[in-house]
Amino acid sequence: MDLSEQAENIKRISGVDTKKCLRCGKCTASCPNYEDMEYHPHQFVYFIENGYLDRLLKSDAAFRCMTCFACVERCPRDVKPAKLIEAVRLTLVRQKDSNRLKPYDIIENLNADLPQQAIVSAMRKYTK
Amino acid sequence: MKYSYYPGCTLKTKAKELDVYARKCAEKLGVELTEVDDWQCCGGVYTTSRDEIVTKLSSVRALNNAKERGQSLVTVCSACHNVIKRVNYDMANDAFVNAGANNYLQLATPYNGETKVIHFLELLRDEIGFENVKKAVVNPVKRRISAYYGCLLLRPGNVMAMDDPENPRIMEDFISAIGGTPVVSPYRNECCGAYLAVTDPAVPARHCGYITDSFKAKGAETVITACPLCMYNLKRNSGDLPVVYFSEILAEALGVK
Repeated sequence: MDLSEQAENIKRISGVDTKKCLRCGKCTASCPNYEDMEYHPHQFVYFIENGYLDRLLKSDAAFRCMTCFACVERCPRDVKPAKLIEAVRLTLVRQKDSNRLKPYDIIENLNADLPQQAIVSAMRKYTK
Repeated sequence: MKYSYYPGCTLKTKAKELDVYARKCAEKLGVELTEVDDWQCCGGVYTTSRDEIVTKLSSVRALNNAKERGQSLVTVCSACHNVIKRVNYDMANDAFVNAGANNYLQLATPYNGETKVIHFLELLRDEIGFENVKKAVVNPVKRRISAYYGCLLLRPGNVMAMDDPENPRIMEDFISAIGGTPVVSPYRNECCGAYLAVTDPAVPARHCGYITDSFKAKGAETVITACPLCMYNLKRNSGDLPVVYFSEILAEALGVK
């Protein structure tokens, strides 16, 4: 798939209509992890709409989203940026040898209190 | 009152208190919870993409088991609740997800989102009634308590439909019912940092710092949560502010701890 086909696929699997965005920036203003992301929720919407998907695919930004859905809840146009970000993340991890988290990587932050929920959630978000 | 019950993976291991005290409280309040047969882990997080079918199947199995029993499905863990309720919404409203899941599972009767999913807090509010919970309290918890909702209980608001996602009150009403004083902070429904605890613990450390500083500034003596991952992230970053599961503090109030 070329980049425009990938962008269409991202819109299809996320169910997001990027044209609905009115560029108010409320998604990014609501994002608790804003300062940790190279590109912000409103930029995911804008880039995919306007042919800059390559920037998102080269960035770590999609993996910094916590899927807390604050951007989805607060969007006045119901664009659902978090679903778009997840589709970008899936586009990356569904490629061969592209898992972002290997089981051995977990050991570094493993401790007696770390809940199973954290590990299964991270594996689901960062691997295929 | 009889319900199917989905505990989830973490409630059998690192978050036993959340499960054990919920069961004790249910018994005390006259509610019979029966575990879903052969339940499997919900996966921890709901997969938002429509072509993710396999990751939704364990939820459909649990939902269908409750449907076959003719019971509503009760959850306690925020994450399990979020995943199962959202998958249920898809099964009722998204023909593509419904077709994919039913085609794979080949159930005797297709599952179409019939089961009602209720969180234990909703069980207390809507089925038992907070006024009846209040009557059953033997040790009023006379403390200033902050409710931490996090993200999973409330969002997306149109699917979770538990409360106003931006200005909730169910946990504050719960605190009042058990004799405590609710302490409201604007950070109560901001994310704790979630699964980044596994890859980059500095992120939840920063978020939980903001959250617990706010609770402390408002004068909270205790924080309650329904999520094992929020519990983990908050506890590691809350200093001397105690964080407990809502079911444990309820057990204390009902005299079953």
